[in-house]
Amino acid sequence: MTKNTRYYVFTDSNGKQKKVKVSHLDSNANSINVKGKVQPITVTEAGTNDLIVSSSPHVWSKTTTSKIMLDVLIALLPAAFASVVLFGLQAFILIVSCVASAILAEWIFQALCKQKVTISDLSAAVTGLLLALNLPASVPWWQGVIGSIIAVVVVKGLFGGIGKNFANPAITARVIMLLAFSATVGAAVQPSIVDATSTATPLYILKENYGILPSLFEMFVGLRGGAIGETCAIALLIGGIYLMARKVITWHTPVIFVGTVFILMLILNGNVEVALYEILSGGLLIGAIFMATDYATTPTRAWGKVIFAIGCAIITVAIRMWGSYPEGVSFSILFMNILTPYIDRLTRKKPFGGVR
Amino acid sequence: MNIIKIKKGVLSMPLFKLPGAHVPHHKNTASKQAVKMPVPKEIIMQMNMHIGAFAQPIVNVGDHVLVGQKIAQAGGYISAPVHCSVSGVVKKIDTVLESDGTHVPAIFIETDGMQEISDEVQPIKVDSYEDFVEAIKNSGIVGLGGAGFPTYVKFAIKDLSQVEAVVINAAECEPYITSDTRTMIDHLFELEEGVKLLEKFLGAKRIIFGIENNKKEAIDALSKTFKDDQKVEIKVLPALYPQGGEKVLIYNTTKRIVPEGKLPLDVGVVIINVTTLAWIARYIKTGMPLVEKVVTVDGSCVANPQNVIVPIGTKIKDVFDFCGGFKEMPYKVMYGGPMMGVALPNLDLPITKRTNAILAFNQKEATVPEPSNCINCGRCINHCPLHLDPPAFAKALDLNRPEELVKLKVNLCMECGVCSFVCPAKRPLVQKNRLAKATLKKYLAEQKKKEEGKQNENK
Repeated sequence: MTKNTRYYVFTDSNGKQKKVKVSHLDSNANSINVKGKVQPITVTEAGTNDLIVSSSPHVWSKTTTSKIMLDVLIALLPAAFASVVLFGLQAFILIVSCVASAILAEWIFQALCKQKVTISDLSAAVTGLLLALNLPASVPWWQGVIGSIIAVVVVKGLFGGIGKNFANPAITARVIMLLAFSATVGAAVQPSIVDATSTATPLYILKENYGILPSLFEMFVGLRGGAIGETCAIALLIGGIYLMARKVITWHTPVIFVGTVFILMLILNGNVEVALYEILSGGLLIGAIFMATDYATTPTRAWGKVIFAIGCAIITVAIRMWGSYPEGVSFSILFMNILTPYIDRLTRKKPFGGVR
Repeated sequence: MNIIKIKKGVLSMPLFKLPGAHVPHHKNTASKQAVKMPVPKEIIMQMNMHIGAFAQPIVNVGDHVLVGQKIAQAGGYISAPVHCSVSGVVKKIDTVLESDGTHVPAIFIETDGMQEISDEVQPIKVDSYEDFVEAIKNSGIVGLGGAGFPTYVKFAIKDLSQVEAVVINAAECEPYITSDTRTMIDHLFELEEGVKLLEKFLGAKRIIFGIENNKKEAIDALSKTFKDDQKVEIKVLPALYPQGGEKVLIYNTTKRIVPEGKLPLDVGVVIINVTTLAWIARYIKTGMPLVEKVVTVDGSCVANPQNVIVPIGTKIKDVFDFCGGFKEMPYKVMYGGPMMGVALPNLDLPITKRTNAILAFNQKEATVPEPSNCINCGRCINHCPLHLDPPAFAKALDLNRPEELVKLKVNLCMECGVCSFVCPAKRPLVQKNRLAKATLKKYLAEQKKKEEGKQNENK
């Protein structure tokens, strides 16, 4: 076989003449038909096969990891905006420091470990933003940076990067910070635009039966104490609907998680109003919409998501009712993360036509 | 008669919808009638245009051959004869290098352009079911949907009462391809005769056309033609890839599940591609064996995308040239659609009986995206039409645990490409599945050998 690279000249759509290799078109031909004109082929130097021979399929959907992460970031924008409106400059500083340090930490970690740097997939940005939104405004920026590094390097990076972590990075980092910086992370900070009459979160008030609860409307728009991103229910719901519309998440986890908490609280307290307060307070909405739907650490199939959400709800209610912490969403999601591989195995579908 | 009913599972619905992917249709060529291309200078008749044993050439170098003349005989039970598509002289009997790296025997014929028809081509007299099967056997017709399974084997049924329904696969779910659509519109009368043959010789109680809803013209034509036929049902299905997969289409048209290791006939169904049926009718009427094909020529690089009636054996370069050549440099050329098609190493390979499309992609479309980490989003699992678990296959394969693969039923994978298509991390899941299937096959063979060894020891 002769190893000749042939070139032929043809006019492209802009009227420019192009010289292209055609070694792969035909091993014997000395002409090729381009745009209805037979063009001569000039045999020049040695070459090899140029056609790409790859395994099927030859088309791919437009969805990519970075597009999914961008959708999550967009869905978090209303909550981030609300947090800055409600909690002011401190919230803004916290968000910027967490996001920037998360991206930087991933970049430095991957560069040091001689891995491919994957900050462009935006997952570090999502982790940083989620962590920031789960912290109260009393947290100084350097504590946020430490949290981000824990989330991105310890929880995600050391386990192999995106998709390989078994626990939600933002939640794990928040729980570690809650233990390490109890004074700031455990504090109940009121929105800066509210006249601070109470320093307790609604959950604390509900649990200790002491203090003045904000109205349900105030709860819905976020005029209550808590982490900067968790208080504004309407912003979180908009984000959740966006994610469902974009088919990034399914309805199963958020609806069943929140629904089960509502039903259990209704049974245990016998009061619709208390149950409504329960689902609007703490980190339930942000947890159910953004944390319990994290791909890497939650089940993949619909029935798995149902089991996961019910498990989260039961643990959340148990901690809120009988535990020594006022809030239990983070712990419940973390606990169910550990069970995820088993839930996935349990809910594996029977192969179509498979004989056991 | 063994009808498999869907069993109620703990976590599965009693009647479920099979998932799939919404692939872009690109049915650009559906509205244009197929154009006959002139006879090329040279053709290459491959001996492996079907699944099964290679055909055996029965002509010698220098022989003068005519259109419709048998030039190779079936090489076994699952095999098919090959008929010449042109008149000319046998130049050489050699091998062709395919894209999977195998050399396959082929007959090279220099054409004389006369297109003289062989005396062998005579209308076939069909009186009985045996005659019908024999005729299909001699026609060289194979599954024209792309699988290339010799059609007569499907019809060699011992007990005809087993056949409850004949499903005619007109789904054509692959993007770009419109050759079946054109057959349904342009060769409707042949299809009508084919259906009559099925009713007469197979005694089919139900004849169900399974067609995707994006082929409106074909659906209208079919429903007009068969409106008086009580046995014929036209099932319009959503355009959801892979609607035309054998097991998927049987489930969606008859709600029957073909179990692992069984044939459609075991659940009372015979399934046949729509173009295959049209060719059977044409062969019985005229005696002209399978010598030409409607091929969709499309892709971003083709100057005039259209359906072309091509003599089998024509080099794909000649077919592209007939369609005005390339308007852009092709970087990937393939047989068949982009979901399951085979990428080709050069343009010298011929059109075979199985080729229903040839596509040429430009650099942008041809570039394979770089895979990244699996993010466990579950898209592949939730879109797999056969409810399989591709990441679990990959894990079992990487950990070298073939016994896991047995449980995960990787052998059921039909390599439709949905998992790779939907993957946001662009992971090569289908390739992994193929590797897993091969590993499983090897493992099972080894296990069998071990077992036999043990039995021999016991003796």
